[in-house]
Amino acid sequence: MKQQSFAGRLTVNLLLMAFGILCLWVSMGGATAVVLSVLTVLSLLWAMRTKQMRLANGKTITQPGSRSLLIAMTLVDVVLASAVVTGFDFSVIMRRGNQFFVILEQIFSPDVFDIHFVIDPEGKHAYFLGMDTGIKATLQVFADGFGYMPKVITPLLDTIKMSILGSFVGATLALPFAVIASNNINRSKTVMWAERIILMVIRTLPTLVIAKFAALIFGLGTFAGTVAITVFTFGVVAKMMYESIETIDMGAFEAMESFGSTKFQSFWSACMPQILPTYLSYCLYALEMNIRAAAILGYVGAGGLGLLIDERIGWRDYRGLGTVLLALFVVVLIIEQLSQYLRRKLS
Amino acid sequence: MQKQIQDVAAVQKQQQKQLQKAQGYDVVITYLTAPKRWWLYTLILLIVVVMLSWSGTTVKFKGMTSKGSEIAAGIWNGLVHPDMNLLINTTTEGVPYQLLQTVAIAVLGTLIGGILAIPFSFLACDKVVPKGIAFIFNVFILLIRTIPSLVWALVWIRVTGPNAFCGVVTQSICSIGMICKMYITAIEDIDTRILESLDASGCNGFQKVRYGILPQIIPNFISTVIYRFDINVKDATTLGIVGAGGIGAALIQCITSSRWSMVGSYLFGMIVLMIIIELFSTQVRKKLARG
Repeated sequence: MKQQSFAGRLTVNLLLMAFGILCLWVSMGGATAVVLSVLTVLSLLWAMRTKQMRLANGKTITQPGSRSLLIAMTLVDVVLASAVVTGFDFSVIMRRGNQFFVILEQIFSPDVFDIHFVIDPEGKHAYFLGMDTGIKATLQVFADGFGYMPKVITPLLDTIKMSILGSFVGATLALPFAVIASNNINRSKTVMWAERIILMVIRTLPTLVIAKFAALIFGLGTFAGTVAITVFTFGVVAKMMYESIETIDMGAFEAMESFGSTKFQSFWSACMPQILPTYLSYCLYALEMNIRAAAILGYVGAGGLGLLIDERIGWRDYRGLGTVLLALFVVVLIIEQLSQYLRRKLS
Repeated sequence: MQKQIQDVAAVQKQQQKQLQKAQGYDVVITYLTAPKRWWLYTLILLIVVVMLSWSGTTVKFKGMTSKGSEIAAGIWNGLVHPDMNLLINTTTEGVPYQLLQTVAIAVLGTLIGGILAIPFSFLACDKVVPKGIAFIFNVFILLIRTIPSLVWALVWIRVTGPNAFCGVVTQSICSIGMICKMYITAIEDIDTRILESLDASGCNGFQKVRYGILPQIIPNFISTVIYRFDINVKDATTLGIVGAGGIGAALIQCITSSRWSMVGSYLFGMIVLMIIIELFSTQVRKKLARG
C-alpha cells in the first residue's frame, strides 16, 4: 500500500481536529469545551508521532502513528456537541419511561377481535344459544366483533394502490433517465452531470415534503400521494440503475454499433438482457419501501393509512392505532416475503 | 412429379441437417427448441396490467386545485429566490441552527441505534442462536421496522415532550430495524475457519473474538452505521412535522402559511446539507470497503 506523505497526514489530522473543536465551540463553550479541545489537540500530537524501526537488512523505516485515538476523540466531541444541541437527558426516560409502555401496551392489544357481547334488548339473552335467536346474536357479534378493522380496509387498499401505481410510473420513467446518466452509454459529460445533479436534488427532498407540495397543488387525496411516491421511486431507482448500467459488459453493445445499428437498437438488444433482472429486482425493492413510505403520507393529507394514524393518535385511541399498524404489518410482511422470493428467483 | 419433389425436399432436408451439424448450427437448433416461456411472460404482463388498472380505480387525477398553479409558481419562486437573511441568521430560527439540530439528532440517533442493534442482531442470527429464538427476534425486528418513524415519534412525545430529544430517542429505536438486518448479513458472512485456526494455535475466548471476529465485522458495522446516518439525516428533516425537533417543524409551518421564500431557504439548506453528507458517506464507505 502506498504510504501517505507527512503533509498529507497532517492535513487530514488537522481537519479532523478542527472539525471536533468547531463542534465543541459551536454547541457549548465554557470549561468543558476548553478541556475537550486540549484533549483533542493532544490526540492530534499522538497521531502525528512516528516510530523508527530498523529492519533485519539494515534499512530504517518510519511507521506512521495510529489515527484511531484522534478519530475517537473527534467522535467524542461530535457526540457531546450533539447531546448538548438536542438536550439529551437520559433521566427523562428513567422518570417517564412508563408512559411509553402504557401506550405500547395499548398498541399491542389492537381492536381486531374485540367481541362485545350484545345483550338482547328484550332481555331474551337466555336464548343466546338457542336456535332461533342464536343466529341473529352471532351475526351481531360478528358485525361488532371486528372492532376497528373494517374501517382500516379501504385506506389500506388505497395505500397499496398508491404505492403500486407510484412505483410503476416512477420505475418506468427512471429507466431512460438512468441510461442518460450512465457514463458508458452517454458520451456527453455535460448532459450526464446535469442529469446526475438533478437526480441528487430529487433524492434529497423528503417524501413527506413532496407529498405536502403535491397535496397543495393537486388537492388532498390519493393522487398527491401517488405523485410523491412516483418522484421518490424515480430518484432512487434511477440512481441504482445508472450505477449498475456502468458495470455491464459493453462488448456486445460496441459490436452492434459497429454493425451499423443505432444506439437504441444496440442498447435494447445488447444491454437490456443484462440489466433487466437487476432492474426488476430494484423495482420490487422500491415497491417494498414504498408500501411503508406510503403509510405515513396521509399525515400531510395525501391519502392512505396516514390519515387514520393521524386521527387515531389525535383521539388517543391507541388500540385503534394498534389495529392500523397490525394491518400494515401483515401487508408489509406479505409483500416483503413475495418480493424477496421473486428477487431470489431473478438473481 | 409429386414424388420427385418430395424426394428432392427430403434430400435437401437431410443435407441441411448435415450442414447444420457440420457448421456448428447446434446453437441455433438449441435456440429454436428451447422451452417457450411466452405464456409466463404473458401471465406476468397480465398480472401487471390487472394490478395497475385496479390501482387506477382510486387514484384519479382531478385537475389542479383552484390555487394549484399559484402555489406551484410560489414554490418555484421560493426555490429560486431563497430568503437570504434566514440562510445566514445565527439565531435558533435561522437555517444553520436548524440544520445543526437536525444533524445532531441523526448523529445521536444513529449511534445509539447502532449500539442497541448489536445484541439484537446476534440474537436474530440463526448461525449464533437456535432457529426458534432467531425467528422470534426476526419478527420483533420486522415489527420495529414496520411501525413508521412518525408513529414512534408520536409515542415518544408522550415521554419526552415535543423537543429534539424526542427525535433522538425515536431514531435510536427506528434505526435498529434496518441496521440489524445489515449486521445479520455481516455476521453470517464471518469466516469460521479463522476461529478454528486460532483455536488450534491455543488462543483463549477473548483473543478469538479480538483477532478472529472483530476484524471481520467491524468495517461492515461501521459502513452500515454511516449508511444509516445518511438515511437518518433525511428522516430527521421530517420528524419535525410531528414536533420532534429538527428543520421539519419550521419548514412545514412556512409551507402552510405560504411563506415561499422562507420555504426556499430551508429547502436550499437541506439540499446542500444532504448532498455534502451523501458525498462524505459514499467516500468513507468506499474507503472502508477497500480496507
